[in-house]
Amino acid sequence: MKRIAGLLVAMLLLAGAGLVLADNPLTINGAGASFPYPIYSKWFDDYHKKNPNIQINYQSIGSGGGIKQVTEGTVDFGASDGPMNDDQLKAFRDKHGFDILHFPTVLGADVPAYNIPGVSAELTFTPDAIAGIFLGKITKWNDPAIAGANKGVTLPGNDIVVVHRSDGSGTTYIWTDYLSKVSDEWKNKVGKGTSVNWPVGLGGKGNEGVAGLVKQTPNAFGYVELIYAIQNNMPYGKVKNSSGNIVKADLASVTAAAAGAAKDMPADFRVSITNAPGKNAYPISSFTWLLIPEKFSDAAKRDAIKGFISWMLVDGQNEVEALSYAKLPKEVVAKEKQALAKVQ
Amino acid sequence: MPGAGPFAGSRSFISKLRDGDEIARLITFLFAASVVLVTVLLVYELWMESALPRHKFGLHFLITKVWDPNLDQFGALPFIYGTLVTAAVSLLLAVPLGIGAAIFLAELAPAQISDILEFFIDLLAAVPSVIYGLLGVFIVIPLMREYIQPALKKSLGFLPFFQGPPYGVCFLTAGIVLAIMVIPYIISVSREVLLSVPRDQREAALALGATRWESTWKVVVPFARTGIMGSIFLALARALGETMAVTMVIGNTPTISASLFSPGYSIAAVIANEFTEATGDVYLQSLIELGLVLFLLTFILNGLARLLIVATSQRGSGLGQA
Repeated sequence: MKRIAGLLVAMLLLAGAGLVLADNPLTINGAGASFPYPIYSKWFDDYHKKNPNIQINYQSIGSGGGIKQVTEGTVDFGASDGPMNDDQLKAFRDKHGFDILHFPTVLGADVPAYNIPGVSAELTFTPDAIAGIFLGKITKWNDPAIAGANKGVTLPGNDIVVVHRSDGSGTTYIWTDYLSKVSDEWKNKVGKGTSVNWPVGLGGKGNEGVAGLVKQTPNAFGYVELIYAIQNNMPYGKVKNSSGNIVKADLASVTAAAAGAAKDMPADFRVSITNAPGKNAYPISSFTWLLIPEKFSDAAKRDAIKGFISWMLVDGQNEVEALSYAKLPKEVVAKEKQALAKVQ
Repeated sequence: MPGAGPFAGSRSFISKLRDGDEIARLITFLFAASVVLVTVLLVYELWMESALPRHKFGLHFLITKVWDPNLDQFGALPFIYGTLVTAAVSLLLAVPLGIGAAIFLAELAPAQISDILEFFIDLLAAVPSVIYGLLGVFIVIPLMREYIQPALKKSLGFLPFFQGPPYGVCFLTAGIVLAIMVIPYIISVSREVLLSVPRDQREAALALGATRWESTWKVVVPFARTGIMGSIFLALARALGETMAVTMVIGNTPTISASLFSPGYSIAAVIANEFTEATGDVYLQSLIELGLVLFLLTFILNGLARLLIVATSQRGSGLGQA
């Protein structure tokens, strides 16, 4: 008995040694935003199939976590729904001695969802209406600010129940960023962020929480991510954009927002595309970014990441619409290809 | 031979270790000490990692109502309030129901029914809290919004506790879901304690002419008082720290309001919600400081519990009556 056990242990040790000595795949670790996790997951898997010796692992711990871990150096790259601010960039530069670069990957958008008993029509919301509701200044559904954009629909005089996200999230970042642009009062009073001090409203956890609350609570008004609304067949309203057109959120109008912003985009891609110019642009849209350090000490890792991003900008973009993400417009893709040369 | 050789004189530590007893004593002492060590390490880490907001806000953190990640202004008061209110509501509902059920199961029910029901109660205690959260979202919230809140408002609406529109998500709903979660603990432990009351206590009461109920309520329950209170504080500990179930039904709004119909927030819920996306050192460390506050809260309440038990034991609960 003891001899058999001894033989088994010896065999296992040999097998283990064999595995170690065999060709190790190059492993790259990343962490960050949870919004793009489904598409990143698919991309890394497809890329691995094409390049079997490159394995990219991604943990969706949240944008805040992604920024923190890439700054600490525990992961090779990060991902975030909101661009790093100047303080965070400086912190990275101070710690590593070089910069970190932003590369937009896909687009996201927020849509206004509502539940008004007796109203099944698709409503239109102006920026002033949305800001007023979320500031707590517009309290009833039949307020002129809302009714004015929806002539022909009888809105009841019920109190609006505002619903927002309770957890920190890129979805909230997009919504509050938009509100900061269309309302000075919001900008001064509340500001933008993944978590803010909401003037009014109930908090739901996750898109599911908000959707659940809106569905269950009569007279509710909240915001959810576009993909979530599409995949769950949720009715949502249209929004008036900066050109005065009324646009319903869909993949094309979201890509149009990025295209509209592409002309004036800064070289570092740290741009907010909410309320973007363009007649078909959906105003509550946003990029999500990969955070890539400018210098890599390991040449193999650098080449692998650069190879992945090149692949992502062309082949990867063809896979996004199947998962209901909006693809990058070609102007942005071109700019990113140029920026990729900066990674050394 | 102990005492001979270089360690002549009293038995040394090393030679004592040769005894199986001493080794067992040392090992079990280390296990017990490790529990204390973990607690001390936990508090130490919480303390060190919350240094920024402690220096910035000091004790004002405990009395500030504002929670603003953008302006870097943080205060714990709404969360402390929510934690205490939901725990209080849950105990108010769970204690009478739980002790009543335990008395029934221990004293008044036939043994078979008692065993079957005990099985179900143990099952309830093992259900994960997220499931209770789902129960809350899909069953309790609609019930509250459609029936219970309007009914309470009609009958007791003059009280400050039942003011405001019925959203469904509120302190009261969170209290109810928490009550459902802690009742199994109260029932299990109280039932065990009641069953362990010596038969001669009951028989003596009955022999003196008490009715069945009188012997239960006036002799058995007071005898088991310490254990029952222990079960209540176990329930309180769970209610204070419960995260997922609370965040799904409380409305996640940092408000302080006398009305139980108001949505609110609790410490565990805000940490769970905001921790992963918290960017900025003051923000992150404020959440950690909230964890420290919760720890202190639990510590204080447990301390009060111990005092209460000591105080009531001294009045004589049947133990040590010659």
